[in-house]
Amino acid sequence: MAATVDTVERVKKISVETYKYGFETDVEMDRIPKGLNEDIVRMISAKKNEPEWLLDWRLEAYRRWTQMEEPDWAKVSFPKIDYNDYYYYAAPKSLADKPKSLDEVDPKLLDTYKRLGIPLDEQERLAGVAVDAVFDSVSVATTFKHKLEEAGVIFMPISEAVAKHPELVQKYLGTVVPTTDNYFAALNSAVFTDGSFVYVPKGVRCPMELSTYFRINAQETGQFERTLIVCDDDAYVSYLEGCTAPMRDENQLHAAVVELIVMDNAEIKYSTVQNWYPGDENGKGGIYNFVTKRAQCRGVNSKVSWTQVETGSAVTWKYPSCVLQGDGSQGEFYSIAITNNLQQADTGTKMIHVGKNTRSRIISKGISAGRSDQTYRGLVKMLPKAQGARNFTQCDSLLIGDRCGAHTVPYIEVANPSAAVEHEATTSKVSDDQLFYCRQRGMNEEKALALIVNGFVKEVLQELPMEFAVEAQALVEISLEGSVG
Amino acid sequence: MLSIQNLHAQIEEEEKAILKGLNLEINPGEVHAIMGPNGAGKSTLGNVLAGKDGYEVTEGSVFFKGQDLLALDVEERAHVGLFLAFQYPVEIPGVQMLNFLRTCTNETRLARGLPELSGMDFLKLARAKAADLKINPDMLKRSVNSGFSGGEKKRAEILQMALLEPQFAVLDETDSGLDIDALRIVSEGVNALRDGKRSFLVITHYQRLLDHIKPDHVHVLADGQIVRSGGPELALELEERGYVDYEKAA
Ligand SMILES: Nc1ncnc2c1ncn2[C@@H]1O[C@H](COP(=O)(O)OP(=O)(O)O)[C@@H](O)[C@H]1O
Ligand SMILES: [Mg+2]
Repeated sequence: MAATVDTVERVKKISVETYKYGFETDVEMDRIPKGLNEDIVRMISAKKNEPEWLLDWRLEAYRRWTQMEEPDWAKVSFPKIDYNDYYYYAAPKSLADKPKSLDEVDPKLLDTYKRLGIPLDEQERLAGVAVDAVFDSVSVATTFKHKLEEAGVIFMPISEAVAKHPELVQKYLGTVVPTTDNYFAALNSAVFTDGSFVYVPKGVRCPMELSTYFRINAQETGQFERTLIVCDDDAYVSYLEGCTAPMRDENQLHAAVVELIVMDNAEIKYSTVQNWYPGDENGKGGIYNFVTKRAQCRGVNSKVSWTQVETGSAVTWKYPSCVLQGDGSQGEFYSIAITNNLQQADTGTKMIHVGKNTRSRIISKGISAGRSDQTYRGLVKMLPKAQGARNFTQCDSLLIGDRCGAHTVPYIEVANPSAAVEHEATTSKVSDDQLFYCRQRGMNEEKALALIVNGFVKEVLQELPMEFAVEAQALVEISLEGSVG
Repeated sequence: MLSIQNLHAQIEEEEKAILKGLNLEINPGEVHAIMGPNGAGKSTLGNVLAGKDGYEVTEGSVFFKGQDLLALDVEERAHVGLFLAFQYPVEIPGVQMLNFLRTCTNETRLARGLPELSGMDFLKLARAKAADLKINPDMLKRSVNSGFSGGEKKRAEILQMALLEPQFAVLDETDSGLDIDALRIVSEGVNALRDGKRSFLVITHYQRLLDHIKPDHVHVLADGQIVRSGGPELALELEERGYVDYEKAA
């Protein structure tokens, strides 16, 4: 059998065998009834003790959502989602009366994060990284709170921020991604539960990496997190999100909204390691991942970079974007997307150049294996005032086996003659000859594939914060592990 | 060292027989040259020895240092000391040559029960071996064989051989695409590895390579068999007369 055919055979088996995050935590849950209607929205808001304005905001979003249609332009297909067949709020009972310290947190929950490689207790914490751990609809704990407070950085679950810093939340929430931006953003606005809020005041360089770890555990429960990061003038923060879920036969819904706001000379580096359960080798189960992520570079010379390593989810619909308003602002998008078995991903970015001399850079690396299908969809738009704006796009696809698909759909709109857009794209295949060559030199097939794939993605891996680059590289290898031999 | 007996092999997909009863004995320290018309099966022999997918051995046996070579996986054959310098070295875009070489070397060392070399030690070793072959150190930073000239590719093959220290190497038309200077450098690289124990099977069309790498035996491979064997003088004769006799016979 030719090596790549063999590869495909092996690839088919792996997600199930190697998805080591697929365990379930058995804790007593507090849920609100299944289904979605205005009462459910009210119940979520009540659970969170929200102020009136936020409830109204949610209800408005809900009403608009009921009038919208699910988008159908992405190159993905899945059975019609019954939005009434999900739970929209699930939280471990033990968290109901807000544990004050980790000692009061249910050890089962702490153990869950430990197994996921995200220790929350004092001694074992990742040095230099503050973590907000979100379990289904609520935050379990946030580490290093004290140290961050000293620096003036606000990092807390968004529900806590609504109570403690309502003026900031109200000022910025929904200003980057309006409630009616798209179907999934409207849904999220109506039912979002937890997520992180970050505010870095003027001139502050956040002293550590911030990280949120999202875990979907409960059955038939959607996760709708909302993240809002504001970086004031001359401030800097690096933020990372990670995600996993247990293996389940039914599909689970995840529709997040992330809003980033960057003021003058400020910078946000946002990294994602997304490893939601991708479904089994026959495409059963897995997460539907419909995410709206957008950054507004409001200030002059502000900068945002999105770096993502996407290996999980059954269906991905995700286009982290940058609106480059401030003159001289910069947007970057570095992406590694891996699809295997029957995974489908339609992902890319949007770079909207509004201000003068704005710059954007897109490096996308897509790897398709098994019978998966992947589309890069990207928009580069130069508005009339984007004098001297520049974009560079490099979009590479790597195929493993011959039953997977890779597509590139670039949209380019230029309304300023001085703006320049450069687009490069390549498609290549891991060939039998490459694997044979490596093996003749003493590598086994797994090592050979890892070497080839790592060579393909290294440009993007380098963009991840050090603490996570190693983990991400391991994830890239695991996602394709056993895929040869 | 290597004992090939009555080897028959075919292309798996087409069931097309390529090797049709090939016999060859190679002792430690010997250099054997194989010459023969295009399409005779020379590269196929190298590929079958190395264990490439897509070929099926239908008859015969190959023993390497007393071990049934055909029972081993591709990488195991490499680990026990078999090296194939490719006629067409394969490009691997994005993978840095140095990283590739280090992975090859360390995987092989581990398999042979030797400790891995540290990044620093390996770098020194690779630079020294590259210098012997007059390889520009910048080449080590480029992607494996990508955009290499024909000559650079062949030199890189010899560099890999020097790092992996095989017991037995098949050089498949390593001389083609080399100018006179490169030919000399590559030959010196090969000769440097001739230690009286290591053996070589040199596939070539040209006598000029054999001026540099002196063979102990020369064979003519035509239509999947060794049809004639002799000493170095046979290469001279072939150079003069070509393969007409053997093509007719085939
Ligand atoms: N993978 C392959 N698929 C089909 N035919 C092949 C393959 N490899 C070799 N052949 C055929 O086998 C014969 C011998 O090829 P080869 O061993 O490359 O010859 P040589 O190296 O002596 O020129 C040729 O007819 C060639 O076309
Ligand atoms: Mg040949």
